[in-house]
Amino acid sequence: MRLLSSRRRHPAAKALLLVFGLFMMGALYSVIAPPAQVSADTGNSQQIAEGKALFAVGCASCHGLNGEGQTSGVIQGPPLAGVGAAAVDFQVSTGRMPMAKPGEQAPVKPNRYSEEEIAALGAYVASLGPGPAIPEPAEYEPANLSAEDLARGGELFRTNCSACHNFEGAGGALPNGKYAPPLIGLDHKRIYLAMLTGPQQMPVFSDEVLTPEDKRAIIGYLDSLHEQPASGGFALGGLGPVSEGLWAWIIGLGSLIFFAMWIAAKGVKAK
Amino acid sequence: MAEPAATVNDEAAVQAQTPKKELGPVFKVAAGPTKWLDDRIGVAGLGRPFLRKVFPDHWSFLLGEIALYSFIVLILSGIFLTIWFKPSMSEIEYEGSYELLRGLQMSEAFASTLNISFDIRGGLLLRQMHHWAAALFIAAMLTHSLRIFFTGAFRKPREINWLIGVAMLTLGLVEGFAGYSLPDDLLSGTGLRFVDGLIRAIPVIGTWAEFFAFAGEFPGELIIPRLYMLHILLLPALLLGLIAAHLALVVYHKHTQYPGPGRVKGNVVGYPVFPVYAAKAGGFFLIVFGVLTLMGATMQINPVWVFGPYNPAEITAGSQPDWYMGFVEGGIRIMPNWEWHIGSTTWSWNVAIPGLGLMGLFFGLMAIYPFVEAWVTGDKSEHHILDRPRNNPTRTAFGVAAMTGYAMLWIGGGNDLVATQFHVSLNAVTYFLRVAVFVAPVIAFLVTKRICIGLQRADRDRMLHGAESGIIDRAPSGKYAERHRPISEGEAFKLTQHEDLPALLPATDTDGFSVKEIKREQRRRKATRFYFIDTLRRPTRAEIEEAAHHHMHAMHLTGDGEHHAIEAEVEEEHHLAK
Amino acid sequence: MSEDTSHGQPGSEVALVDEERYPVPDPGLEEHLPRLTDVDQKAADRATRQVATFFGLVPILSIGFVVVYFAVPGDAWVDFGPLRANSRNLLLGLTFGLALLFLGIGAVHWARKLMDDREMIDYRHSAASSDDDKNYMLTELDKVVDESKITRRKIIGRTLLAALATILLPMIVGLADLGPWPTKKKRAETIERTIWAPGVRVVQDVTFKPIKPEDIEIGQLINAEPANLQELHGSEFQIEKAKAAVIVVRMDPNTITIPPSREGWQIGGILCYSKICTHVGCPISLWEQQTHHLLCPCHQSTFDLGDAGKVVFGPAARPLPQLPITTDAEGYIVAQRDFLVPVGPSFFERDSRHDSP
Repeated sequence: MRLLSSRRRHPAAKALLLVFGLFMMGALYSVIAPPAQVSADTGNSQQIAEGKALFAVGCASCHGLNGEGQTSGVIQGPPLAGVGAAAVDFQVSTGRMPMAKPGEQAPVKPNRYSEEEIAALGAYVASLGPGPAIPEPAEYEPANLSAEDLARGGELFRTNCSACHNFEGAGGALPNGKYAPPLIGLDHKRIYLAMLTGPQQMPVFSDEVLTPEDKRAIIGYLDSLHEQPASGGFALGGLGPVSEGLWAWIIGLGSLIFFAMWIAAKGVKAK
Repeated sequence: MAEPAATVNDEAAVQAQTPKKELGPVFKVAAGPTKWLDDRIGVAGLGRPFLRKVFPDHWSFLLGEIALYSFIVLILSGIFLTIWFKPSMSEIEYEGSYELLRGLQMSEAFASTLNISFDIRGGLLLRQMHHWAAALFIAAMLTHSLRIFFTGAFRKPREINWLIGVAMLTLGLVEGFAGYSLPDDLLSGTGLRFVDGLIRAIPVIGTWAEFFAFAGEFPGELIIPRLYMLHILLLPALLLGLIAAHLALVVYHKHTQYPGPGRVKGNVVGYPVFPVYAAKAGGFFLIVFGVLTLMGATMQINPVWVFGPYNPAEITAGSQPDWYMGFVEGGIRIMPNWEWHIGSTTWSWNVAIPGLGLMGLFFGLMAIYPFVEAWVTGDKSEHHILDRPRNNPTRTAFGVAAMTGYAMLWIGGGNDLVATQFHVSLNAVTYFLRVAVFVAPVIAFLVTKRICIGLQRADRDRMLHGAESGIIDRAPSGKYAERHRPISEGEAFKLTQHEDLPALLPATDTDGFSVKEIKREQRRRKATRFYFIDTLRRPTRAEIEEAAHHHMHAMHLTGDGEHHAIEAEVEEEHHLAK
Repeated sequence: MSEDTSHGQPGSEVALVDEERYPVPDPGLEEHLPRLTDVDQKAADRATRQVATFFGLVPILSIGFVVVYFAVPGDAWVDFGPLRANSRNLLLGLTFGLALLFLGIGAVHWARKLMDDREMIDYRHSAASSDDDKNYMLTELDKVVDESKITRRKIIGRTLLAALATILLPMIVGLADLGPWPTKKKRAETIERTIWAPGVRVVQDVTFKPIKPEDIEIGQLINAEPANLQELHGSEFQIEKAKAAVIVVRMDPNTITIPPSREGWQIGGILCYSKICTHVGCPISLWEQQTHHLLCPCHQSTFDLGDAGKVVFGPAARPLPQLPITTDAEGYIVAQRDFLVPVGPSFFERDSRHDSP
């Protein structure tokens, strides 16, 4: 202590103090800040235990204490052996799970689990039976895609996806009140996870058939499609001829009828 | 007294010689060429009947003009598009400027549409103007025909014009379908696939009609060029001919007019073609053109590059045709799956009934209505004064019922969008509409009829008791009453200008009728009772005078200008005549 | 007579006002009231200036159009609030559109404010022709028929009728090559068959990658095509694709019903169905992996793939045809043969008795 205080007026003291301060902030930050990628490592038994505890609180009432599922009664939930950590990531990070109430379809709502909690849940569920793992960014981030790659992604999208999600990813109707949600403004990981895990009624598109490269092309296509401005003006919802017809009547015929009323109006008289 | 309105007649005929008045500069320049033309084709004689022809002015008379002007815009923009469009289904690899389709196989038709949209300056604008104009053309024709229907303008002598109109509406629908199928994109190609299945499912002749239309199996390589021929040659030629006939008849019959003071069956009151009507009509043409251009500039329509080229293994959720085919689409969607398998034949009623039957029903009912009404009323006189819709409640109610049925089918055509936008079950919407398409029109009929009769009562009230003045009087006895003031002569005339059409009792006197004829006549009379028994009859001159007298008298006596009891009148309001 | 009969005359039959039929007598045309611009010179001048301004803006906008046409590049975008659009399209349309609109508005404003707005009366004539015309036509037509001598030589009329009726025949028959005739043989070659054949591999659509059963998970859907589709091009490619497109789905065998006759058509819960709807032919990919229902987006026909493709909702009347599949020597999925029934929409001559197992 005496050493430090006796040198407190040294010319280098200020500079050293500054460097020390910066170092401390950096170290503190790297300890506190959440990691960019959390892995649901099934080998990490502590993570699994954590996950099991979270599961018991938030998921077991529908999916059973050991994820065995409940297929009868009012409150039902499918068995989770084999769905993999990827499915957990998708369902929980989008807020679909835990469902607020039983229903035909789990809607998106705000998610109340942190990334670590999701990873822990994922590790636990993955331990119930092998399933797709949470993908790495290299798998789901489209990079260096040429115009031809994007065009191929478009063909894949229109062959596999637009039947439910519409040509622009604006969503579509399924039987009995269910729906395929819109794909606009979603992050790449989420889209990738959905294709990989086939949530709820959505079919599965396994990596062996629709390769990660194919999936990236689809994601890249969607990105480009949604980034590009609507060449022709206001896009009117991306719902096709129904909305176009509506606007033709409302704005087209409507404005012209107003003009017609103006043209034929008798107008104010002077007397 | 104001100066009398100008009349058009021969007495003030202009001198055949060159007028003595000093001509303006425009006239001076035009004089030479005009004389040249006149020497050869007699333009003065041709123009004479038209120069000061009178057209009545009302905004609802401009609806047909919207249709006409959109058609002109369609022709002008269409010509532009034909300069670059390639109506060929040959496959090429796309190498144009729209990146997201680079390298894909597509037809020349689709590729040339992309070319127009991205590489021809103004191309996208013209494409969008053309498509908006098509949607507006049919919307305007439909609205115009509704105006004609509700005001009874289809009555003698205009039945032929009505039929020409129905024909134009039909052709317009087909023309629009052919047009939006030309780019061979995923959405319109799917529609074409639907039409292929529809044609094929027609009992007995289906496969023949399909193979003849598509030159073999779907899609083949000739359907787009054939639709192109239909779209730019055959249908526009037919439409132009019908438009010419339609307008010629309007000129010949002169335009109808709404009831009002000074307007009687034998005249037509309005503005002359030159200068007022020409300025208004010409201006309106430019306004329609301008609105369509602004729509083409700011509202994206039919973005085929997002749909992608047609691929028979691809489809989009929310596949709908353009709005005017929506009612057929709805019919096809809500139809139960009736099909007969008789021996080795298949009779596809699930497709044939809504596919062919609906259009036949819709246009058929439209076409025969004037003749049905003419038979019911037995009215053989000419009609040039329009009906106010309330004065023919049954006709108005039929019209609204038809609109309601059409609307149910329209909703059916978009049932999946209804499901997603309003968060309801798709299946529930379909089941609901299967019932609603029959029940809703009946409800609409009943409600509309009562509303019309209510409005007739309000008119009668105004006639007999005057208009409500908003001034409340309080009598010494403590009673409150609203003071009424008599309506103007002009309004009184307008309210009573329509004709009473009687509900006839069954014929008791069979003189002059054969057995078959008397049956027909009894049926007709029953129909008149259905049509007119609830309709209010106009107050007679005696009733009006008595009411006016009573008012003056009542005002003298009690100072509280009051209504007499209405109940006694109710019995007399409706009428049965022999 | 050379009278101008294009306008009716007061006193003609149609022009009579029937006093008895109108309980209130016609008060005649209302008094013409002047507009502000008729009495107030300043208002009239203002209206004139307004019309001139509207007209005056048109040349500016028209020239603006020309400037935009040459100066604005095709890849410029305007980003203004909710509007993100191509600048050139927007500006070309705004300049031209406003030019047209202002020209029109100016003309209408001129008519409404400044042009003489007194209404005129014209008289109607009856739609029917005059008795004079009718008599003339009748007598002359009589003479026309006489002069043609057709009444005396009746055979001319009869043979003429026959000739006119039949002259249309070549024109109608000339259309007979509009398309090939769908005779029984032709149908068997076209709409009643597809390019599926024994041993043809089932490959993924777009990538044409062959598929192994172990690559497919329960709940998976694959949009697939026959491998031999790649050999075709152009119109032939499209025609065959429109019939041969299939979907491969994998379901848990415990949750589905497989009819005994179709036990051999599947590979452990992996089934292959035609993708083409039996209603009017749209391709169907909308599959609910839990309910096993396949929904066609065109008209909402719904098929249960876990129950031999039976129709459970909607206007389709026949179940979805199933393609029998197996694996080849290398373990890839192949078709056993072509479909047993014609795929796609119904037609009159179709024998639909064998669609259900």
